[in-house]
Formats: sequence, structure tokens, C-alpha cells
Amino acid sequence: MDHEPGEDAALLGRLAEAADRWTPLVALDPPHGLVLDVTGCAHLFGGEAALRDDVLKRFRAGGFSVRASLAGTPDAARALARFGRVAIVPPGGEATAVRPLPVAALRLAESERAALSLAGLKRIGDLADMASAPLAARFGEELPARLRRALGRDDVRITPLRPPPAVRVEKRFAEPIAHQQAIEGALGELVSRAVARLEETGRGGRRFEAGFFRTDGAVRRIAVETGRPSRDARAVLRLFHERLDALADPLDPGFGFDVVRLAVPTVEPLGQAQPGLDGKAIEEDEVSDLVDRLAARFGPERVLRFASADTHDPARASRLAPAPAAPAAPGRDMGHRQEAGEPPLRPLQLFEPPQPIETLAEAPDGPPLRFRWRRALHRVVHAEGPERIAGEWWRAPGQPTRDYYRVEDDEGRRFWLYRAGLYDRETARPNWYLHGLFA
Amino acid sequence: MPDLSALRRAISALERSSACEAGDLFGFGAPEIDGALGGGIRRGALHEVYARKEPDSAAAAGFGLCLALRAARGRPLVWARQEFLDVETGALHGAGIAAFGGDPASILVVRPQDAAGVLRAASEAARCPAVGAALVEVWGAPKTLDLKASRRLGLAAEKSGVTLVMIRRAAAPEPSAAQSRWSVAAAVSTALEANAPGRPAFDIELLRHRSGLPPRAFRLEWDRDSLSFAAAPLPRSVAPVPADRPARTAESALRRRAG
Repeated sequence: MDHEPGEDAALLGRLAEAADRWTPLVALDPPHGLVLDVTGCAHLFGGEAALRDDVLKRFRAGGFSVRASLAGTPDAARALARFGRVAIVPPGGEATAVRPLPVAALRLAESERAALSLAGLKRIGDLADMASAPLAARFGEELPARLRRALGRDDVRITPLRPPPAVRVEKRFAEPIAHQQAIEGALGELVSRAVARLEETGRGGRRFEAGFFRTDGAVRRIAVETGRPSRDARAVLRLFHERLDALADPLDPGFGFDVVRLAVPTVEPLGQAQPGLDGKAIEEDEVSDLVDRLAARFGPERVLRFASADTHDPARASRLAPAPAAPAAPGRDMGHRQEAGEPPLRPLQLFEPPQPIETLAEAPDGPPLRFRWRRALHRVVHAEGPERIAGEWWRAPGQPTRDYYRVEDDEGRRFWLYRAGLYDRETARPNWYLHGLFA
Repeated sequence: MPDLSALRRAISALERSSACEAGDLFGFGAPEIDGALGGGIRRGALHEVYARKEPDSAAAAGFGLCLALRAARGRPLVWARQEFLDVETGALHGAGIAAFGGDPASILVVRPQDAAGVLRAASEAARCPAVGAALVEVWGAPKTLDLKASRRLGLAAEKSGVTLVMIRRAAAPEPSAAQSRWSVAAAVSTALEANAPGRPAFDIELLRHRSGLPPRAFRLEWDRDSLSFAAAPLPRSVAPVPADRPARTAESALRRRAG
């Protein structure tokens, strides 16, 4: 089988997700390592040794051969896991543990390692006793810095894959849970605990993320977002219900979840609820809650609001943008102002891309007399135009100028047609398109 | 007599609710049709708009928007439509909604994949009293849209006061719990100067009304400035009036009366 680095990286990413069960601070150490910051986590698993055993047991159950070391700094632990035999380094013992390791444990480039080897420096211990200034002068600043970190003299924390959430609550089960009801009950309890924590600090969550950890290591994360900071447990739980209901591939408990975790990664200050004197603010909040519920159910890309752009290109003048990200914006006319008393000059529905039609026109630069669209023939009785809209040459040069006509057929159906290209100047046989339908 | 006072209370409660019913109507803004409807149609109820023929879908959507704008009184609108309708009849166009008299910034567009999703979105919107009106655009006759579903929507609308306008396209009218049912076709507009198409015109037909009003047909024009309908003048005779001799006076008198 060929080596596929992409697949390996993806697998490592999945393992990092699964390692999230022990600590939220997980970093990748490519190509085949993970660094876990378990500061303050070990007691949850019955001590450092038990934690390490749990890690080894679970990865071995997944069919991996795995080595793990626990040390005071990430670099020392990494060096020991890859090159040493010490499982757990007692506090302050990094230097002793790391000294016998080969210099390769310092994450050196091949050329540096060769240079050190030529100089007779083969073990970390050989380097540890040297003054750092000559080392830096000979091999660069990086080497002494790595050495100090590996020896535990310098402590640089890892950069976790996902930043630690502001609030995190979890529930562990001795007996894995698989029933829908038990799962929802656990989620309900976690939400109310998280909400209480948010209340203590006067904050509200904008994003709530539930993680379901299966006994076999698979992790499923489900997130809901709210348009404004919230700590309404019922509303959040309702969003989770919507989300779980609408999942294309439902939550598969397998042999059960043994950890359910709720994280609130995005929080914002939220004062005590205070209704405004006019009902306006309440109404806005209600609509924003509706947006949250619809977005949880259908996905944010299906709940949209009109966003106006400063352009005269009709296709771009009013585009639909996901509502959760785009609050109601002013700009009533969407780039097209109309005089009072005029009929609507822009169609209610716009085809993108415009639909080609066959036309018969009296004059090459006049409105069509008849046109055929979707195999039906329309006889034009009323027409107005042209309204000339030039292409935006600064975006895509060479676009033909469009001459738009508002036409009505003999059955009262109103259409927005255009001729692409100025007759005789840009094209000899201009094409016609139907761009929109008026009501 | 506790029984009698209880009865009195019950009766007054009944009266109140019927009074509230009568008061919560929205008219079309044209005296002809409002008179025929006894003031208008119910706010906080389900109304159905059918496209008479498939090509009238755009007119049905427009008429539905007119009703929603009149019912909403400036409050936000929710427009739920099946995703594939964007391919079939074009995507909703903000500038066009503005040109029609609506405020695109206050419209929330929900675009579920299927009819079941559209109904789901509609029932969510119908439970949010802050929403003025919701437009529900459904293609064909999906199985999920049965009598029970429409009754549920109607009840939710009644409770929250949200007016639901269901736009049925490519479907034949079928029994439902709607308060009123309309069939809409596009109508030739009154041309402006230089033969330009005029204000949006609709041929509408009241197919069914809960309170048993007889079926009637109207021809209406939509005025985007005042957000109201006006009875359209009769269509001009197709044959042009000869320029060299005056039109018959009797005919023009008839026209004035009718207009």
C-alpha cells in the first residue's frame, strides 16, 4: 500500500478529537504524535498513572501501537515518549530523565543533527552542560531554546487545536448511555449547569457545543448558535432538539456514550433581562430567536436575509445572505430608487443565470414583438425600455451592455427581458434573455 | 343565582371573541371588494392563494405578497419557499420587493429543501407573535400538506395573530382549513404613456370563504405607494377607436359608469 500523508493527517486529526475526552487542550505533533496538556485533569481519572493507562488502553483498543510519557513540559514529554523509557517524570525530574536521550529528541533538522554528531555531541546530556552562547553562535538561537524546554528549564505551553471554551461542563457515565431519553436528560442537565455558570459571571453564550464521546473513541459534536447572547436554558435546549431532529445522519450511540460534554466557546456580556418600555426590543428578540430556531433546523445557509450591495448590476444588487450572520440592515430600496406613482421597475423574482429566449423584434434595437420562453409563445402588447445597464468592466471586462425592457404579454404576464450587446457596435446578432418575472 | 351569572359570563366571553374576530380584519383598500367581503379577511388566519395556471405563479406570488404586506402592518415577514422554486421561477429579488412596496430588510427568507420543511418553517413562524405575516410557497400537492396540517397551521396562526398566506403553485384547489381561498391570474395592466406596462394587475376569484360568502371575481391593481389595491378599470376595447370619427357616446357613458 502506498503512503498517503493526507490520510494520515486526517486520522491524526480524528485521534485528536477523541483525545479531547481527557483534556480540552490537545495539540497535534505531526506526523504521528499528540500532545495533551493534562494540567489539573489527572485527578478526574484517578491520578497521572491511571490517566496514562487509560490513554494507552483506549488507543491500543483502537489497534494502534502507542507510547506515552508524562512530564512537566511538553518538549520533555515528547522527547521521552519518542526516545525514552520513563513513563511519568516526577516534578522537577525532567533534566535527569532527558539527559540520556539522543540529540534527535530535540526535533532537529537532519543537517543540525549531523553537525552535532560531527562535533561529538550525541546525547542531550552532552549539550546540557555547555554554555548556551557558543551553542547559539554555532547552531542558531533555536537549539538552546529547545534544549532549555526539554530540560524543563523553560516552559512553553502548547497551542491547542481548539481554544479552551469559556465555560465547559461535562458528565461522565460509569455505565455508557445509549437511550435517546437518557441522552436528552444528560444534555438538559448540562445546559442548566452551563447556564448557571454563565449567570454567575454575567455573560451569555452565542454558541453551545455538545460533544458526545463514544466508548469506542468516536466523537460527535453538535453545535447550535444564537443570534444574541443567551442563557435561557429552555431556549438552548429547544435549539438542540431542533438540531438533533434535523440531523441527516442521526446520533449513533453505538455501544453508548460514556462522556457528554457541553462547551460554550463564544460568550458575550449579558446583563439581567430588562424589558424595554416599547415592545420593539422584545419583538426584535423574538424574531432573532425565530432565526436561531430556523437555523438550527435547516442550517444557517437556508435562513436568509437580503443584503444590499452598492452596484447597478441587478444580479448583485440584492443578494441573500445567511440571516444568523447578517442582522437586518437598512437600505430599503436595495440599490434601486423609484419615484412615487411608478409601477415596479424591478421584478419580484430574478433568474440566475438569465434564461435565453427566442425573439422576433420589429427593429433590431427595439423591444420584441413576440418571444418564446420554455416553449410557450408570448405576444408582447405593452413594452417599456430600454433601460441600459452596462457591464461592470472593473470586475469582468468584455461583458456586453444590456438593454432591459419591461414587457407584458396579451395574458397580462409581465417579464423583464434584455438584449445582450449593443446592436452594430458590440454584436451583429444580439441574443435575448429573460431575467425576471414581475408580479 | 350562580348558574345564571356563569352563563352571562360565558355569553359575554363569546361576544367578546366574536367582536374581536370582526375587528381583526384587514381590507384590500378598495371599497368594492372590502364591501363584498364585509370589511376584509381575517388577520391571524390561514389564507390560500392558488395560481390559476402554472404561468400565473408569479402573479400568485405577487398577490400573496400584497396580502401579507397589508396584513403585516410594517412588521417583519417570513417567506418560506422550496429551494428548487429558485430555479423554476427565479429567486426572490430584494430590489423587486422594494419596488413592490415591501421592505426587503424586514423579510426573512427560509429555503428548505422539501415541502415538509416549508410547512415546518411555516409553523415555526406562525408561533412567533412578533412576525407580521408569513408567506408559505408550496409546489404541487405534497402528501404532508393534508387537512390536518392546514388545520394545525390555522390554529397556530389564530393563537399568535400571525397571518399565513399559503401560495399554492401547480396544484388544484383542495379541501383545507383555510379561512379564504383565492385563485389568481395575471391581468393585462392599464398601460401608461408610450404603451408601457402599468401597475401590477390581477384577476382574482374568491373560491371559498369560511363564513360562506359566495364566490366572486374581481380585477384589481396594486398601488405600491399606498400598499393598497384599487379596482382596475375595465380593460380597454381591443379594437382601437378610429381617429377620424368620435367614439359612440353611449359606449363611453357605459364605460364611465363601470369605472
